[in-house]
Amino acid sequence: MQYDVAVIGAGVVGAMITRELSKLDMNLVLLEKAGDVAMGSSKANSAIVHAGFDAETGSLKAKLNVQGASLMAYYCNKLSVPYKNIGSLVVAYSWDDMQTLETLFERGFENGVPNMEIISQERLRAMEPYISEEAIGALWAPTAGIVSPYELTIAAAENAIMNGARVKRNSGVFDIEYKNDMFYLSTATGVIKAKYVINCAGIFADKIANMIGDTSFKLIPRKGEYYLLDKTERKMVNHVLFQCPSAMGKGILVSPTAHGNVLMGPTALDLDFDSKLDVDTTIEGLNEVKFSVNGVIPQLTTRNVITSFAGLRAHRVGDDNDFIIAPSKENEHFINVAGIESPGLTAAPAIARYVGKMFREMDPSYEKKAEFISKRPAPIRMAELSPEERAEVVKKDPRYGRIICRCEGITEGEIIDAIKAPCGARDVDAVKRRTRSGMGRCQGGFCGSKVVEILARELDIPMNKVTKHGNGSKILYNKTK
Amino acid sequence: MLKYDLVVIGGGPAGMAAALKARECGVQKIIILERAATLGGILEQCIHTGFGLHYFGEELSGPEYAYRFIKELEKTDIEVKVDTMVTDILPGNVIVATNNKDGVMQIHTTAIILAMGCRERPRGALDMPGSRASGIMTAGTAQKYVNIDGYMPGKKIVILGSGDIGLIMARRMTLEGAKVEMVCELMPYSGGLTRNIVQCLDDMGIPLKLSCTVIKTHGIERLEGVTIANVDERRRPIPGTEQYVECDTLLLSVGLIPENELTRMAGIIIDPVTNGAIVDEYRQTSRPGIFACGNVLQVHDLVDYVTEESQIAGEGAAKYILSKGKSKSRNGKDIHVKAENGVRYVVPQNINRSTDKDVKIYFRVADVYKDKRVVVTCGDEVLYNKKKKKLAPGEMENVTIKLDDIAKLSSNEITVKLEA
Repeated sequence: MQYDVAVIGAGVVGAMITRELSKLDMNLVLLEKAGDVAMGSSKANSAIVHAGFDAETGSLKAKLNVQGASLMAYYCNKLSVPYKNIGSLVVAYSWDDMQTLETLFERGFENGVPNMEIISQERLRAMEPYISEEAIGALWAPTAGIVSPYELTIAAAENAIMNGARVKRNSGVFDIEYKNDMFYLSTATGVIKAKYVINCAGIFADKIANMIGDTSFKLIPRKGEYYLLDKTERKMVNHVLFQCPSAMGKGILVSPTAHGNVLMGPTALDLDFDSKLDVDTTIEGLNEVKFSVNGVIPQLTTRNVITSFAGLRAHRVGDDNDFIIAPSKENEHFINVAGIESPGLTAAPAIARYVGKMFREMDPSYEKKAEFISKRPAPIRMAELSPEERAEVVKKDPRYGRIICRCEGITEGEIIDAIKAPCGARDVDAVKRRTRSGMGRCQGGFCGSKVVEILARELDIPMNKVTKHGNGSKILYNKTK
Repeated sequence: MLKYDLVVIGGGPAGMAAALKARECGVQKIIILERAATLGGILEQCIHTGFGLHYFGEELSGPEYAYRFIKELEKTDIEVKVDTMVTDILPGNVIVATNNKDGVMQIHTTAIILAMGCRERPRGALDMPGSRASGIMTAGTAQKYVNIDGYMPGKKIVILGSGDIGLIMARRMTLEGAKVEMVCELMPYSGGLTRNIVQCLDDMGIPLKLSCTVIKTHGIERLEGVTIANVDERRRPIPGTEQYVECDTLLLSVGLIPENELTRMAGIIIDPVTNGAIVDEYRQTSRPGIFACGNVLQVHDLVDYVTEESQIAGEGAAKYILSKGKSKSRNGKDIHVKAENGVRYVVPQNINRSTDKDVKIYFRVADVYKDKRVVVTCGDEVLYNKKKKKLAPGEMENVTIKLDDIAKLSSNEITVKLEA
């Protein structure tokens, strides 16, 4: 199959760029090595929309962060993705910290972050009643927020498919050849031909660039570990709470999630160049999170923890840590979108528009589609409906009356929708990311086996072919005696 | 709106026994709401024997034990709705339930019996570092895969936690041809019944490693192994004792949590130790007309005790319904039952002074004890004093307080404790 553009990597950036390019009349494909979209950094990050005062003024990071923050509400509305504009607070504990807040304020102002304030201890206390008594003030940034990052990725991929793009999963690229003005991408599912390539391969973007001889940048995995707490803890925290930043990043934060849980983390530990798959949690990392959060909200404990996890940031080696969004020096038809660490999620909508513009300037021959569908319809969420609304839905389709996941109240109808959707779920974790079945406090203890059953039935495969997260992550072996 | 005298939430052994008892005591319109496709609860997947020794005086399998109650229910006009999930308990005793036949139902009722059972503590709640490979699951999930779905969840197995389900699954997996490498238990003693340790581990040649835990899981796709380590008295891993064990499956049997989501939603007061409602001798919760029994109230080790407890709740609900809510008005003269000195908790936590029969107090101890006396006191008065050869956290104990003694109590507090 021959394409005009092949996007490599279905993280939030790759998916959003694909959606943007699906506005143009062209053959477009999104290639992903994992069994689902959003399987790398996009599913394991802080899920924060940053206001934009961290990045160095004048950098691409700063510009796209501020733009992304102001675009996020629009995109989440179009794509029906959970987003809440709750604002963020950088909390200060000392006069040195207060000095840092001034610096952040100045930088934020230069970057174009609107409506920031440095607030008093009293006002901070009023906004966050459980905050440590040691806290003496904060930088308030009302444009910050929280978003569901994997749902944004899934929704963007679905919407791109609605507009004619193809999404090929389990199609990791292992070799690239360029001849007669055409890229030949060798993938796990065959050779893909494309006139243009956009490299959004996250932590592996350097390896993909190497395939065309581009060795201009190198990425190392910077691991961050997190705890996700039960919804019972939601009352303890109202905004995104940062501590004052350090050289390694923005420090360990505490925040509600878009679904009403509480997230705490991340740590920041640089791993070897070869450890790009290491998302193991560690005793040291998790203890660091616990210890650090204790200083912010002393009453918040991990007694009601739902799970812990780790994610990797694609961190550039060297002094320059700005985003790389430019055609490769080796081949101008190959655009690198690399080193997209924090605030990459926030910036994703702005990155998509930036790359879209860059592409149209490079090749103006593609017309805009007249019939572009910008809206991805919202999936049915039974737990969010009133008893009367639920009754209406069940009347039309009784499968929405059969609850499979008790903790989150997810029905069989919603799970089938997730499987049948344009970029449908193919494994248990994929169902979980789309529906929240198994996201609750029992962690799939009850619904896990039922989801396996439903997947097997809907995909017409035996139960022991259903996986947890694709490839070799099988759940069941042979039949019993 | 549908109207009933009694709604029983949960059709496992607790719900069935409670409903039957309430009927026997004269309650007319009763309905059981069960979220699974059949009655019987977790017993349906417990195909091993050992059920009913106390209650029926015979050794039955789980489904056989359940079937006896299902058969009794069929003889009555107690209504049953399976595949039906209760989503809300609204003020004024209105229950919202949903299924794929009736859609969303609102049911008004005079009394409610909560019998939702419990769930297993999952991996996420354990603070166990490592990878997110497949092949890590609770013992009960594995039991469902093997006994209901007919699939093996693995071949080379390590079990963490020596709760009863873990022990039962160690034997079950072995009989199905899997190799169970070991059972690791964090505590210096097992949390399971002695008979299960003998029959499921000793007889199968499976080692039980006490004061030992899993400190890391390995493997990106399927589990490839675990690192285990011994722990010190404060349950911290001891450096230098780490050992890698190759396995494709890690089963967790590390505790059961009463499923009290609805209970909390109803604003009922929860005991922080049992994680179940605080109840009186008829298992009435802090909300009049709402009763609780079985594993949602306290985690039991024997279904026989669940049945016993649920009959008490059924009788209590019947008294409440037939007296139109007047039978058990709290008059501030309740007796509070306290757990002390080696006793972790007691159920019931409250007794009405005006009660009408002997009260059996169930309790669990905090550690393994030998030759200790179980003592119940009220002020200086000793109501019960008996020596026990062995007490363990894995085995639920009980003492009976006589009706005559309750009426004569000198203060509003009695204490259950261990003494030398």
